[in-house]
Amino acid sequence: MSIAVSGKVKTKMPTDLKGKEKNRKITWKEVKKQKVLLFLSSLFVLYGIIFCYLPLVGWLMAFQNYKPKEGFFHSQFIGLSKFVQLFSDDLFIRVIRNTLAMGAINLVATFLTAIIFAILLNEIKSKKGKKVVQTISYLPHFLSWIIVTGILHDALSGTGIVNDLLVRFHLLKEPINFFAYPKYFWGIVAFANVWKETGWNAIIYLSAITGIDPSLYEAAAIDGAGRWGRIKHITLPGIKPTIIILLLMNIGNVLNAGFEVQYLLGNGLVKSVSQTIDIYVLKWGISQGDYSLGTAAGIFKSMVSIILIVVANQMAKRAGEERLF
Amino acid sequence: MDKRMILHEKKKTSLSDKIFIVLNTVFMILFVVITLYPVLNTLVLAFNNGTDSLRGGLYLWPRKWTLKNFNTVLHKNNLLIGAYITVLRTVFGTLTALAANALLAYIVSRKRFLFKKELSLFWVITMYVNGGMIPTFLLYKGLGLTNSFMVYIIPGMIGAFYMLVIRTYMGGIPDSLEESAQLDGAGEMTIFIRIISPLCKPVYATVALFIAVGHWNSWFDAMLYNRMSTSLTTLQYELMKLLSSVMNQSTSIQAMKDSATAVTPTSVRAAATILTMLPIVSLYPFLQRYFVAGLTIGGVKE
Repeated sequence: MSIAVSGKVKTKMPTDLKGKEKNRKITWKEVKKQKVLLFLSSLFVLYGIIFCYLPLVGWLMAFQNYKPKEGFFHSQFIGLSKFVQLFSDDLFIRVIRNTLAMGAINLVATFLTAIIFAILLNEIKSKKGKKVVQTISYLPHFLSWIIVTGILHDALSGTGIVNDLLVRFHLLKEPINFFAYPKYFWGIVAFANVWKETGWNAIIYLSAITGIDPSLYEAAAIDGAGRWGRIKHITLPGIKPTIIILLLMNIGNVLNAGFEVQYLLGNGLVKSVSQTIDIYVLKWGISQGDYSLGTAAGIFKSMVSIILIVVANQMAKRAGEERLF
Repeated sequence: MDKRMILHEKKKTSLSDKIFIVLNTVFMILFVVITLYPVLNTLVLAFNNGTDSLRGGLYLWPRKWTLKNFNTVLHKNNLLIGAYITVLRTVFGTLTALAANALLAYIVSRKRFLFKKELSLFWVITMYVNGGMIPTFLLYKGLGLTNSFMVYIIPGMIGAFYMLVIRTYMGGIPDSLEESAQLDGAGEMTIFIRIISPLCKPVYATVALFIAVGHWNSWFDAMLYNRMSTSLTTLQYELMKLLSSVMNQSTSIQAMKDSATAVTPTSVRAAATILTMLPIVSLYPFLQRYFVAGLTIGGVKE
């Protein structure tokens, strides 16, 4: 969620057309004066065109029967047939379901845990204790998914702590291999996300809580509001704009969150629930060499992401809340 | 009567307060344990005899101490190459990306620059739209970036988000500084390097740390673009191969065969995990304030 903050940066982006027209006059004198800046920015634009915009031209491949030998310019155009092939593939339908389901579960789980953790941590009186817990809480954010899945694998293995505790408290008769059953997989992925990101995601809520006027709490205390009342009527409304803007940012990212964990933890036994769109693209596009099919799947993913962002934004607009754009 | 009611109420809330405080403290302790225990357990596995670990029941302390796991890791050529490449890409990648993002941020933060809004928008769009895995892969292949070290450095040089964070910070620097330098005849690059950059040290530190952690942790680019070049592998990618070798080992019987060496894939992986984590975990307490600063700088309204 580190990019979540960009939402706030982005809210300033809409260009103020009227103001721009007034201040800006492209005259020779100005151009000459800014020649260094203009030269440097043209280098950045060139770089951006090559590395960020040129791949978009590659989307044409989805409408071609792309063959590496014939290249981009000589491959035959076949219209939408790659998309037809995609959607008549049961595997792809299942992959969409997996991506959306895990994205939604992860989104809800990481959101709730971060908000609850931030509110509870804020209620800790000892400043030092608060600091220590918080510092520990966001350490996992900086560990790679490789490390996190490795650690998780140890914890959930046959001799790991989870099986051990479950057997000890007679919740299980004998250790089970959690990674062998499809029914556990989504839960494991959600837990991995919660474990890694709760503390980090809570930072922004904690800083939002710090921004709430303390006199509101004093007034509430005088009115006889208990701890729960203060949380419900002051803290939660105080961080509501933050919650909404982060939710918006992350709804657009739901489909992007489906690669690393699933790729690393997935195995043959659970692949019916573990494969996501990105894994599908990697498998069919790169490994099997069907570039056109992989690109078509990638385009579908991008389109859904953009639709999700726009819809979320419209919903927020209707509700009269902060929006991204 | 009224007074008594108030007193009663006060007593009640303070009792529920006490319960809350106790529960909350227990919750926080539990949270810390759940966060730290798995890491600690991996540490125990790394220091324990690999064959012995298969028996299970290891919690807080190794049963049969050994340094063999670490010894094995440090004698694995691929891991050493991975470590070397990872350090190299972290250092060069961070320096070049920081310089590029800072310069771009400087350009778009110039109030008089003719195309500052267009240039910002040009980069903001890249945060939301990208070509996806396959067109990108083919592009890099076409540019000769596959099977080369440069694929770690060049494509990721500009991150629109980092650029925006630096731009926001630069926006807070008073114009008068720059204007007086301009009157003294300083050129754009001089102003950027001598005047603006020294003032941006905190935001540079934050952004550099994020970029560095990203380089240190990345593995997908090594797998996708440099799979064929074993001399360009990265630490995390090697760790990932170790992880999948552990996961694919269906029974411990296979591992038992290696028992003569007293190391198993699991124990070696644990040791490699610890070594890979070490730089981040040991620097983390000193640097974490910069990480958090990044979030707050990004949130500052112009």
